[in-house]
Amino acid sequence: MKINTMAEMMANGETPEILFWVGCAGSFDQRAQKITKAFATILTKVGLKFAILGKEEACTGDPARRAGNEFLFQMMAYQNIQVLNGYNIKKIVTTCPHCFNTLKNEYPELGGRYEVIHHTTLLQELINEGKIVMKEGGSFKGKKISYHDSCYLGRANDIYEAPRKVLEALDAELVEMKRCRTNGLCCGAGGAQMFKEDEPGTSRINMDRADEALETGAKFIAAACPFCNTMMSDGVKNREKESEVAVLDIAEMIAESMV
Amino acid sequence: MEYLQQALFVLMAISAIYLFAKKVGEIRRNIFLGKALDLSDNAAIRWKNLLLLAMGQKKMFKNIPVALMHFIIYAGFIIINIEVLEIVLDGILGTHRLFLPLLGGIYNWLINIFEVLALGVLVVCVLFLARRNWLKLKRLVSKDLNGWPKTDANFILITEIILMSLFLIMNATDQLLQQNGTEHYAATGSFSISSLLMPLFEGFSNSTLIGIERAAWWIHIAGIFAFLNYLPYSKHLHIALAFPNAYYAKLDSPGKINNMPEVQNEVLYAMQPELAPANAAPPASFGAKDVFDLSWKNLLDAYSCTECGRCTAECPANITGKLLSPRKIMMATRDRLEEVGKNINQNKSFIQDGKSLLHDYISVEELRACTTCNACVEACPVSISPLDIIVELRRSLIMEESNAPQEWNSTFSNIENNFAPWKFSPDDRDKWASEMAS
Repeated sequence: MKINTMAEMMANGETPEILFWVGCAGSFDQRAQKITKAFATILTKVGLKFAILGKEEACTGDPARRAGNEFLFQMMAYQNIQVLNGYNIKKIVTTCPHCFNTLKNEYPELGGRYEVIHHTTLLQELINEGKIVMKEGGSFKGKKISYHDSCYLGRANDIYEAPRKVLEALDAELVEMKRCRTNGLCCGAGGAQMFKEDEPGTSRINMDRADEALETGAKFIAAACPFCNTMMSDGVKNREKESEVAVLDIAEMIAESMV
Repeated sequence: MEYLQQALFVLMAISAIYLFAKKVGEIRRNIFLGKALDLSDNAAIRWKNLLLLAMGQKKMFKNIPVALMHFIIYAGFIIINIEVLEIVLDGILGTHRLFLPLLGGIYNWLINIFEVLALGVLVVCVLFLARRNWLKLKRLVSKDLNGWPKTDANFILITEIILMSLFLIMNATDQLLQQNGTEHYAATGSFSISSLLMPLFEGFSNSTLIGIERAAWWIHIAGIFAFLNYLPYSKHLHIALAFPNAYYAKLDSPGKINNMPEVQNEVLYAMQPELAPANAAPPASFGAKDVFDLSWKNLLDAYSCTECGRCTAECPANITGKLLSPRKIMMATRDRLEEVGKNINQNKSFIQDGKSLLHDYISVEELRACTTCNACVEACPVSISPLDIIVELRRSLIMEESNAPQEWNSTFSNIENNFAPWKFSPDDRDKWASEMAS
């Protein structure tokens, strides 16, 4: 499967319908690379013409800005907007809610105006349009799935339904955690917490959240963010439940279940 | 004697209003010590927020029983104020139940509504006191509230119970005096709630009843004037500031962190020096070290906070035992601002006191624990953003003090040099794609 970069497309005189913003986790983190590959596979299968920036992509600056390093954020934003505007990008899809939020809400003010959608929204659209069709008796049919709301999708951007609608298409049994949607509990990774040790406390946020997910009795914990995915996986492992309960990205579930 | 009472009343009313206005002026001045921020846009959406969030208490209704109880106090407070208007006019004019002849039959009906509300307020205040002191709801017994804040909360509830009781006692004795045909006590018809209290005062002499009725009347109105002046020192100030705070609520996506145009320009001029104006002066400071560096909306937030702790109850850091409590961030901001205000009152303008909001009131450990998850912002019924303040203080820590944990410094240097928060070669960014090709 050939994944085109913008540079390659330009060289061939082609224009993609959409740019797939992979993000740092999706590019480098071994677990998140699987999500990236699953999503790229879906896009290829449905015949959506997409490209990536490849080596020209750089961190959006989300963790730097939230840690308080505005200079670094502005440097990254400047650089990325130069690249995106240089390719005259109109539409971006991303599998990372942090990149999504920054590209959608923070770049316009800095001169980067694009239509930005999260992959769960795109997946919902593709399902609605009949472009994604599920296999008969897919592996999630009738199974209990609990969806963990990502803060940067949910509270930050009011996206609660798209991921759930996509999961419904799997014909699975959706079970909600006690704290969900607007009340969803963070996984503990945001605000640059992912990149440092926890402050002193009585427990870890991802442990509390994983426990809450395990309480639902779900066999699958669905995530829509590579950082949530890591945090929830660590939590489940810590409770030694990784053989019974899998933490999967919604894109991985769809890739596995579609025709 | 009549005129003496009237004069005394007018004096009391004028001093109460004068003192209140003076303190309101101070609070206004304190709020505008914050940095300028233009929130004059989108008036239609802002009015809608005011109606839904402040008047309609939309966010309170996440918990319906509590929301209903809170609504009873709120509605009671507003509606009973119509009765206070009559009391004030009676006090000034030396009349008794001025509106009775004007309103006729409606008068009895109105007072009945006030009485039902007064009873409602009273009962809910008792329940809220019980919840605070005996049921020990976690967010209401947190260490954030040790000392004055806890006393403040109880004092408000007890005061409201006393005021409502006085109102009912006043009406009960009034009805007895009417029955006895006492001069000045014109027939109003029976009042549904206070009439139930009449047996308590049965058999009292007319002069005793007048004494009780007058005492209840005076203590009630004096209590209201005193409470008015207590408000600006109390968490209860939210009854007024919730309205402007909802109006000026953030309209952007909650995930958007406020831009720093001065840094944006610094970076732009570094990248494209030809764009830099000849006399470009670098900004004086970055982020917020003290209340002066926050926006006036942040400071309005601090005065609007009623310390309910819904933010802290939802905060993932606080839930897992970290030091951070979004409520404490707001309380600390108000405390520091009040301290700065006192400093200005004493010295005409602010004299450095060697303290700042950052470090002296809010510690690095608290700030470091935030995941920017917006749970606190979502939870707040009066549109406060503790997150805004946390980010501004973090900016000062990083950009002014270079105060970051070692791991964050590595993250920053990775982002700068490898374009990712981890130490991977940027050349491997699309390695996954080449893996798919093979």
